[in-house]
Amino acid sequence: MKIKAVSYPYVAWALLFIAIPLGLIVYFAFTDTAGSFTVDNIIQAGRYSNVLMKSIWLSAISTAICLVMGYPIAYYMSRSSAMVSGTILLLIMLPMWMNFLLRTYGWMSILENNGIINQIFGVFGLGPFEMINTQGAVVLGMVYNYIPFMILPLNSVMTKIGKDVIEAAQDLGASPARVLSEVVLPLSLPGIKTGIIMVFVPAVSTFIISQMLGGGGNQLIGDIIELQFLGNAYNPNLGSAISLVLMLLVMLIMSVSGFLNDDDLEEKLL
Amino acid sequence: MKTFAKTYLGVFMAFLYAPIFVLIIFSFNESKGRTFTGFTWKWYSALFHDAAIMDALLTTLIVAITASVFATVMGTAAAVGLNRMEGKFRSGIMGLTYLPILNPEIITGVSFMLLFVVAKNALNSVGVPFQFGWATLIIAHITFNVPYVILNVLPKLRQMDGSLVDAAMDLGCSHWQAFYKVVIHEIRPGIVSGFLMALTFSLDDFVVSYFTTGAKHQTLSVLIYAMTKKRVSPKINAISTLLFVVVLIVLIAVNLVERRNINRNRQAVRDRKKEED
Repeated sequence: MKIKAVSYPYVAWALLFIAIPLGLIVYFAFTDTAGSFTVDNIIQAGRYSNVLMKSIWLSAISTAICLVMGYPIAYYMSRSSAMVSGTILLLIMLPMWMNFLLRTYGWMSILENNGIINQIFGVFGLGPFEMINTQGAVVLGMVYNYIPFMILPLNSVMTKIGKDVIEAAQDLGASPARVLSEVVLPLSLPGIKTGIIMVFVPAVSTFIISQMLGGGGNQLIGDIIELQFLGNAYNPNLGSAISLVLMLLVMLIMSVSGFLNDDDLEEKLL
Repeated sequence: MKTFAKTYLGVFMAFLYAPIFVLIIFSFNESKGRTFTGFTWKWYSALFHDAAIMDALLTTLIVAITASVFATVMGTAAAVGLNRMEGKFRSGIMGLTYLPILNPEIITGVSFMLLFVVAKNALNSVGVPFQFGWATLIIAHITFNVPYVILNVLPKLRQMDGSLVDAAMDLGCSHWQAFYKVVIHEIRPGIVSGFLMALTFSLDDFVVSYFTTGAKHQTLSVLIYAMTKKRVSPKINAISTLLFVVVLIVLIAVNLVERRNINRNRQAVRDRKKEED
């Protein structure tokens, strides 16, 4: 018996349930409801380019904030004892195990016009401030939900930076700022790259966070796709065209950043 | 510098846990509003008497367990076969395997929906009844779970000493015996972590379930989504609190077991050293 053969059920499964469904997206994107070829859907998808730009813009801001907020945490963890960094890691992972819908719902209660923050302001006779249904709230939701994906790869790369390397730089007279900019930062670059991809991809394609925290006025590209499949606008052909654009955008960003070429892709995905 | 780092860490943790604590506090709130008017357990008892929520909980468990068991068996077999392969066919299959992980979730969800709609129309036109429901949910969950099993098992197979299998077969094992007597034990950590990862992703999944669920049975996350649309429903707070407590207990238990294993290993090493002395 050939051992290779035990993987054939999965090969068949992958063709049927991974390859064909993605092929269907391409097929639907280039056909009309009668099934004949058209590029109309792609042209119509162009109408949503401003929504796409907004999605990219808000996710880019969120990714940048995740990097700035997460970097010191990851660095602190990497320079702490295994016990301390293990505990911090556990504390960061714990909220992730709770469904993101619930955590985002929690933010709704905090940010609402009669929510906790405005009630506190109210005591001092201030407000209420409009915080929910703003772009800021959407960015907050993205940062909150995806920042662990920034910290984890950063931490795993920084843990590998030897203590001796940093001490050598210090012994040679480098100031803390120079140690950071000329030793730690360059050595942590692979982690930064991975973190950026791991935050940006789910952020740019989200459709729930924008609905819950952004209200009706802050629709992102994910919301538009959802509307074509499960909403009133039911139009799977247009939805497929927009999905195709989003998929190509994500693949483009991944390949340009060299994310896909690394030998340790497997390790990064787990 | 040290105090600054610790303060920042504290502020960051407050940020991470703020929404969770808000949910927990308001799960005990007498009134439905945003002001705390008094302590009550009533949302918890309402939760357990809500047939839809209990049904969703059961659906979630059935789908997650079925899908992750199936994915573990198929994924382990796939990894064993893929480990023996080389060349274009292997990299093609690996490429397909990465896709559900790399693609945005919404794309995966939408692509399943297209497949099942096409399948439904084709099957219904020849008189075969087919609806969105258990089958679509479980197939979708298996599909996004298998890659995690494969990616966990493959490295263990690569690390395994190939001569172990040869030795077993020299001693008279058949291929199959060599597999379940030797290989399985060597790769078990990969299989277990693959299974646990699959189970976790299945339990937590919203996006793919949302696009593949039927009208009858919904998973908990899809039901929660419907509830958040209505905005004020304190039962959500109660669910959150219960889930948080469950997760906390599981994580602490796992951590304790791990620590005990580490200590036991250390003890074993120490004992061996003593014997050598």
